Amino acid sequence: MKKFRLLLLMPVFFVALLAAAPRGGELRLCLRGEPKSLDPLMVTDEPSEVVRYLTSGILLRRNRRTQQLEPELASAWKVGNAGKRITFHLRPDVRFSDGTPFDAADVEYTLRRLADPGLASPAGEIFRTAARIQRFERPNPLEISLEFASPVSALEDLFDEAPLLSSRSPIKEKAVLGPFRLAHYRRGVSLRLERNPNYWKVDSAGARLPYLDAILLEIQLNRDIELTRFRRGELQLISNLDADSFDRLRRQAPGEAVDAGASLESEMLWFNQSPAAPIAEYRKAWFRSRAFRRAISEAISRKDIVRLVFRGLAVEAAGPFSPAAKFWYNPRLAPPRQDTESARKRLAAAGFRRREDRLLDAGGHAVEFSLITNSGNRNRARIAALLQEDLAKLGIKVNVAALDFPALIERLNHTHDYEACLLSLSGIDLDPNDQMNVWLSSSSHHPWNPRQAKPATPWEADIDRLMKQQAASYDPQERKRAVDRLQEIVYEQAPVIYLVHPYALMAVGASVRGTEPSALKPRLLWNAERLYLERPVAGKQ
Amino acid sequence: MKVRSSAAAVLLILLLVTAIGADWIAPLPYQQQNREEARQSPGPAHWLGSDDLGRDLWSRLLHGTRVSLLLAAAAALLATLIAAAVGVTAAYCGGCADRLLMSLTDLFLSIPWLFLLLTVRALLPLNTPPWESMAITFLLLGLLGWAGAARLVRASALARLASPFALQAHAAGLSPPRLLAFHLLPNLTPVLEAQFLLALPAFLLGEANLGMLGLGVSEPLPSWGNLLAGLTSPGAVAESPWLIAPAVLVLLSLLAMHELFGRSRRIA
Repeated sequence: MKKFRLLLLMPVFFVALLAAAPRGGELRLCLRGEPKSLDPLMVTDEPSEVVRYLTSGILLRRNRRTQQLEPELASAWKVGNAGKRITFHLRPDVRFSDGTPFDAADVEYTLRRLADPGLASPAGEIFRTAARIQRFERPNPLEISLEFASPVSALEDLFDEAPLLSSRSPIKEKAVLGPFRLAHYRRGVSLRLERNPNYWKVDSAGARLPYLDAILLEIQLNRDIELTRFRRGELQLISNLDADSFDRLRRQAPGEAVDAGASLESEMLWFNQSPAAPIAEYRKAWFRSRAFRRAISEAISRKDIVRLVFRGLAVEAAGPFSPAAKFWYNPRLAPPRQDTESARKRLAAAGFRRREDRLLDAGGHAVEFSLITNSGNRNRARIAALLQEDLAKLGIKVNVAALDFPALIERLNHTHDYEACLLSLSGIDLDPNDQMNVWLSSSSHHPWNPRQAKPATPWEADIDRLMKQQAASYDPQERKRAVDRLQEIVYEQAPVIYLVHPYALMAVGASVRGTEPSALKPRLLWNAERLYLERPVAGKQ
Repeated sequence: MKVRSSAAAVLLILLLVTAIGADWIAPLPYQQQNREEARQSPGPAHWLGSDDLGRDLWSRLLHGTRVSLLLAAAAALLATLIAAAVGVTAAYCGGCADRLLMSLTDLFLSIPWLFLLLTVRALLPLNTPPWESMAITFLLLGLLGWAGAARLVRASALARLASPFALQAHAAGLSPPRLLAFHLLPNLTPVLEAQFLLALPAFLLGEANLGMLGLGVSEPLPSWGNLLAGLTSPGAVAESPWLIAPAVLVLLSLLAMHELFGRSRRIA
């Protein structure tokens, strides 16, 4: 009889458990632009990336907090043949949002589409170049092996960004495996994502994820309006705040301002060393002089940039990898401290001399250069003003020219008609392979001297070799050694003078629970399936 | 009425004096960074506080007034002179010259001047010193901003040329230069003054717009435009209301000009 009563009470118990689970609610946040494509394979911009991340399923995920790989739709994986083969074991009983079952055929279909040159998927570029798949093997519906033409470094990371599609669903790419699916899209206004009823993941208590009912992504370009609406409680998350807004927010609502430490981004300065640049030869000689570049680097007060421009919300930079890239960061390289005297000595040793308050080169030319940057960025305008004063102490005159972005890019990439540039490297990934186009001397995006037929200097040849070496190796330690050496060369030669790494700054509403803020993108949404809104307790305001 | 006009005159004279004498009146050099005194509230050391880099905002405002007020006035004068030359020539010559000049005017009216300014600024040599680049910006504003006024001047000149005094002067055998210089232009003065006064705030705001876009006067030189760029964030203004000082100055100077010149024209 007792057992019977217990059985009767079981459904009541489960209903109570479900009610207590932190389910429900609609999370509201802003996208800072219209998504250019809702096709997960054709994503190129950040708003589309957010939608893709929230709706698509992936095989493996790099945990944005620990930076370790975690199983997603692949419950296990194994890399073999020195990085030329990977085998995935897929989770059973997984279904797309429309109920279509998921299996190895879908993985093969997705990867074939990503590698299709006719589709030219931006997300699949790597599968058409460095990671060409030679053979697929599907011994059973829940296992798939991929054989690559050559060893692929950071092989598993490729599957953190490969959104899986259904090969059989009648609604094609609208069938998703992610925690949410697109419910409604009002062009220019908002996108509403609702819970995917077939999402496979459950929490430790067995409750089905995601906790949220929906996410409303409002399209809002104006950051001030976004912040005002957040303060009014109309939005619950802001994934990216500038230092000024963050500083104000942390004074007004300290609990809502979230700082995840240094981001992967860098503010940096470089001199044009391109032989094709239409600038005087004696100036090119300054820019090619290691002593000149090191002296400039030493004369700059990075501490003041952090304190005055970023309100303490940045770290001084020594090189291309910030402390946010836990594995790749080289802690042996300390950011250069401002030392005007040492900078003067370096310049004197290189043949520069002072006359009154100006610095002259060996040929008697007064040292003066223009510094271009993009207009409308207040932080960069402030950095430029600080550089002007720091370098004036050496007798160097800096003329700042703020250009609109197309004009800036035209000069950087096409005419090469500039002397120095102050810009940021943003939107970068954790893995050094993502910076291949920055470091290879043959690349069109190699900042100081692009498109070199062969490396102009021995140290640039070394950088090329190290980048290729790390890209060809599957061994993480071997890759790390190569990347560490690369950072040392960049530090010694200063072709790019790294200034600061700004912090990853965010805002999280008081009602939001489950966030694990990270400096890596998507900073607050990477674990969207575990976010929920705290329900107001009855009778309590 | 008289009190308002006097107040406006005093304000404008004060502005002009501060603009011209900024070097002597400003307590600190406008570019001097006192990095340990950044973001200070108004006080004895910095009457209007200091900016993010510790520069004295009062000194920057004084120098910014010189830059904006004097160069906007120069640009407005240039635009008015071009408008007068084009409008009067078109009205007096008529025929082909009139059609040609008015077509040119229409062409200038149809140019999106902001984009043209952006393009021209992008083409300037990068090592152009801040003063030169700023003078070029205002010169461009003047060279591009005459077209609307030229149409008005032409219409007014046509009306004056058809009036009895002009016909009488013509019949008396007055030479065209004498007719234009001594009879037509003096009669067009109210129109030209009005156009000058309309152009002045337009150019002030044009420079301010460029400054807000970060494309105006370059660092470290201050102008009303780049000082107004500090107002882009409502939060910053709420926290530091003294940042609106440049906006107040723009507004007051425009009101003073309107009061003084507008009223004197109405009386005339």
